[in-house]
Amino acid sequence: MTTLIIVAVVLVLLVLFVIGIYNALIRLRNQVNNAWSQIDVQLKRRHDLIPNLVETAKGYMQHERGTFEAITEARSKAMGAKTVSEASKAEGALGEALSKFMLVVENYPDLKANQNFLAVQEELTSTENKISFARQSYNDQVLFFNNKIQMFPSNIVANTFNFGKRDFFELEAAAEREVPKVSFT
Amino acid sequence: MWELIRANKRNSIILMVLMAAVLLLLGYVIGSIFDPAGGFLGLTIAPRHHIQPQQVIKTNHAGLWGMAFAATLWFILMLISFLSGDQILLNASKAQRITHDVHPQLFNVVEEMKIAAGLPAMPKVYIIADPAPNAFATGRSPQTASVAVTAGLLGRLNRDELQGVIAHEMSHILHRDILYVTLAGIMLGSIVLMSQVFLRGMFYSSMGSRRRYSGGGKGGGQAQLIMLVIAIIAAILAPIMAYLLYFALSRKREYLADAGAARLTRYPEGLASALEKIAGDKSPQLTAANKVTAPMYIVNPFKKAAGLKLSDLTSTHPPISERVKILRNMSGGASFKDYSDSYSKITHHRTIIPPAALTKEDIALREAGEEAKKELRRETQMRQVGDIMRKVNAFIFLTCVCGLKLKIPPNYKAKKVQCPRCKRTLDLPAK
Repeated sequence: MTTLIIVAVVLVLLVLFVIGIYNALIRLRNQVNNAWSQIDVQLKRRHDLIPNLVETAKGYMQHERGTFEAITEARSKAMGAKTVSEASKAEGALGEALSKFMLVVENYPDLKANQNFLAVQEELTSTENKISFARQSYNDQVLFFNNKIQMFPSNIVANTFNFGKRDFFELEAAAEREVPKVSFT
Repeated sequence: MWELIRANKRNSIILMVLMAAVLLLLGYVIGSIFDPAGGFLGLTIAPRHHIQPQQVIKTNHAGLWGMAFAATLWFILMLISFLSGDQILLNASKAQRITHDVHPQLFNVVEEMKIAAGLPAMPKVYIIADPAPNAFATGRSPQTASVAVTAGLLGRLNRDELQGVIAHEMSHILHRDILYVTLAGIMLGSIVLMSQVFLRGMFYSSMGSRRRYSGGGKGGGQAQLIMLVIAIIAAILAPIMAYLLYFALSRKREYLADAGAARLTRYPEGLASALEKIAGDKSPQLTAANKVTAPMYIVNPFKKAAGLKLSDLTSTHPPISERVKILRNMSGGASFKDYSDSYSKITHHRTIIPPAALTKEDIALREAGEEAKKELRRETQMRQVGDIMRKVNAFIFLTCVCGLKLKIPPNYKAKKVQCPRCKRTLDLPAK
């Protein structure tokens, strides 16, 4: 009888323990998802701004078709990205294409003085900054989550319920390693 | 981070209690003096054999009445300031709420810092149409915060510097400094108000009521005089004490907010050079600032008279040169620990940052944005300031085909306007 009670108590404690870990994992995963959606909003915003940018600049830079094509292509690739690591790569490439474009803009003083262009530029700079600030907090959350699902004993619960590791969001291009800076003004 | 906020909240409560004590004491002393027979701390000083017994009982309570009055005043003011203190302060500073379209850069920078700080809601953004560069934040909680900057600030700073200033304000919001400043400001205001009313009342009535005061007999008159002196001293000292309390804490908060700004932007140089620009500004001082609202601002809105030492006791802000030096000396990274190390090195004081916030954090510094390398001419900056002020005041901006920019005041009623240079007629956009 006593052994039965002991076994029951141990079992109940074990179940409570597992529930606790499971809930903690769920909370962390939601935080990661939330942090990602913050980045996602800004990435989408950047994708939306690019046609604007191209439209404004086109009239001034008729001989730079290659630059425009590079941006448009990088944009559509970035928009097609499914996973975080894919997005990391594609967004990094897009950032690099944009930096190159901005370097070319330096040669067109008329464009640089255009009010519409300045407005798009400001929005783009801001979006880049927002991406980098949001990335910081996303990566912090991912580190936390990944640590949790790899460390004992939470790794047992994580494996049983299929909590997968998350990818960091690192912009791949070397130029984008720092806070993305597109050379503006 | 949370330790920092908790320590800050605790300090706020201590300060509130001390301020309330000063206020109540002042109320008590003033209450006592308005009693013709003179009772102080419940003790009867004057010989009272010629006064009716009921009167004696009444007079002993006069100080308490003063206290009750002070407490009521305090309670009402607290209630008002808690419910709409931020609106009162914003109105007092003549700040106007803006949307993204009025100044996209300011709005974007605030949003960037909101993301960096992880605030739950976007703060309301205000512009003060004043050429003196300054900024402040107010509100009850991070959910209901407001950030206000002057047109002078927007015109003079580049993007990185503006980011530094906004990050400083965002840190005030994050550290819960804004509620404290709002409440303490209102409380300080009421202490000052009470003693002013008393001192002025004393001054004006001193001639007419002489006879009434000395009417109670010779001994009573003498006690009255002593009481009067005590009350006047209290009325003068109380606001000074309250100021000192208020400033002692608000200086520390400025350092903490600087540390927070460096951490959020990862670019201490932005704030450092912004502070330098603000300090070196030659435009007249902010018109809408007063002694009570002064500690809210990022730098003291009052220009110092030449020869006065900046680091004197009653200064609401630490000397700017010191703040700049500390920020510039942060070489290792942008965490609180880096700021704290730099602070100790520059000031030779122990750190002001709570130990719990001093964990090793690896936050690398970033490089300057492209824009920071260029500097606009002063005339261009002043023109920008003027444009921002007009925009806030609902001027319409039109660019004529000939390239001339027209700035049309909001009270211009006609639908069309003629370009003064090329004489073309332009249509005004519908409002």
